[in-house]
Amino acid sequence: MPDPATEVEAAGLQAWETREGSAPASIVACPNGPLLVRGDFEIVTPDGVPVPRDRETVALCRCGGSAIKPYCDGTHKLMKFDTTRRRPVPEPARRAAEEAAG
Amino acid sequence: MKIPAPRGRVSATLLDLLQNRGGAGHANAYGSLNLLVDEALAGTPDLLRDEDLQLALFCLYELHYSGLDGVEDAAEWDPELIRVRARMEAAFEDVLRAVVPVPALPAPESEAVAESLFRLAADDKSPGASRFVAGKASVEQLQEFLILRSVYQLKEADPHSWAIPRLPVGRAKAALVEIQADEYGGGRVERMHSKLFGTTMEGLGLDSGYGYYIDLVPALTLASSNAMSLFGLNRRLRGAIAGHLAAFEMTSSIPNSFYARGFRRHGFSDEVTYYFDEHVEADAVHEQIAARDLAGGLAEAEPDLLADIIFGAATVLAIDAMLAEDQLTAWQAGETALLTPLANDGGGTAGAALAATAMAGGVTP
Ligand code: FES
Repeated sequence: MPDPATEVEAAGLQAWETREGSAPASIVACPNGPLLVRGDFEIVTPDGVPVPRDRETVALCRCGGSAIKPYCDGTHKLMKFDTTRRRPVPEPARRAAEEAAG
Repeated sequence: MKIPAPRGRVSATLLDLLQNRGGAGHANAYGSLNLLVDEALAGTPDLLRDEDLQLALFCLYELHYSGLDGVEDAAEWDPELIRVRARMEAAFEDVLRAVVPVPALPAPESEAVAESLFRLAADDKSPGASRFVAGKASVEQLQEFLILRSVYQLKEADPHSWAIPRLPVGRAKAALVEIQADEYGGGRVERMHSKLFGTTMEGLGLDSGYGYYIDLVPALTLASSNAMSLFGLNRRLRGAIAGHLAAFEMTSSIPNSFYARGFRRHGFSDEVTYYFDEHVEADAVHEQIAARDLAGGLAEAEPDLLADIIFGAATVLAIDAMLAEDQLTAWQAGETALLTPLANDGGGTAGAALAATAMAGGVTP
């Protein structure tokens, strides 16, 4: 089995560079709540300016009610935001989408 | 922490004993302490609001945190003191289990637990102090509000950290550490929540030393802190401390936005309100992790803990409701919510701090 430390060295990386921060971004869609984003990602304005971010893991508002967008401030609870409600999708569109998804 | 003033025979005997450990006659002192505790526990009409007993328990717990000035560090594991603490803890836990209403248990699955906790928090109809703070509180009441909260907030996150080694390797432990890392500032001292709270206190001319105002704080506030220590320091209650943190986070972001509003209304600067602003954002993240991964993850890993997870969460809501009721009753009657009013000198420290911050914020006092 290749020694991970040797592999890291061969790739010209310091051990720490392969840990914190390099995990790919993952998004948890919290039922009735925000999108929880972890890992390596950046939030920028349309002009590419970084949006101030104070923590590793953030919650992005998806109910539209937050006063501190793009972050969630818990307002979704007061709005009774319901992620199970779906816009009805016309049958042909739904079938096409399913086929596209395989 | 400084040695607080005793509030009755139990705390007086305990504090005396702590300061004279190993001295002549201390064996007798343990004996009389035990008797006094039994007597007091049997006689108290309301353990949660018993000044003497809650202060004594708080001091015994404090030996595990910052210690008490002039008391040997070794007192932390004095078997006689642990025995006394266990007696008080047993009675305290009995009372909590009797008065805290616990909803029907969900299935021991992450999403079901999260849903049940979010519902528990949403169904909570207690008035809460946040609206009063936002709309009505005077500067003196804001100071009282900070003093009451300082008991926990100046050691914010510590009681829940006891749970880290007590949770099994897996989702729940990873979640707890992720939340706590954020609470402790993510490696930056200036962002530690306890540190931010100190800044807010100083902005109102208050002393941010841990325990500085302990003598002004009523029993129920001590009981609220004691409940966290009870859950955190007993491995068998690890479910309760996990549930406690989850409910704590879930009942935080919205009230904190109200608190911030109350301080801004009086012209306090962003530096002063930063603690609350930070919590609006942080706890909206934490509540998701705490509900699903910490509480839910623990219920999946150890289904036997489910009842305690829900009990721990319900405890937060029950004690918070009592605290809010006591505070609002006092404030609405124009009285202090502290044991004795803060000696405000008007033009002194508090007044000067307010004037300075109001000026900086462009508000004429
Ligand atoms: S999703 Fe939480 S406030 Fe919008």
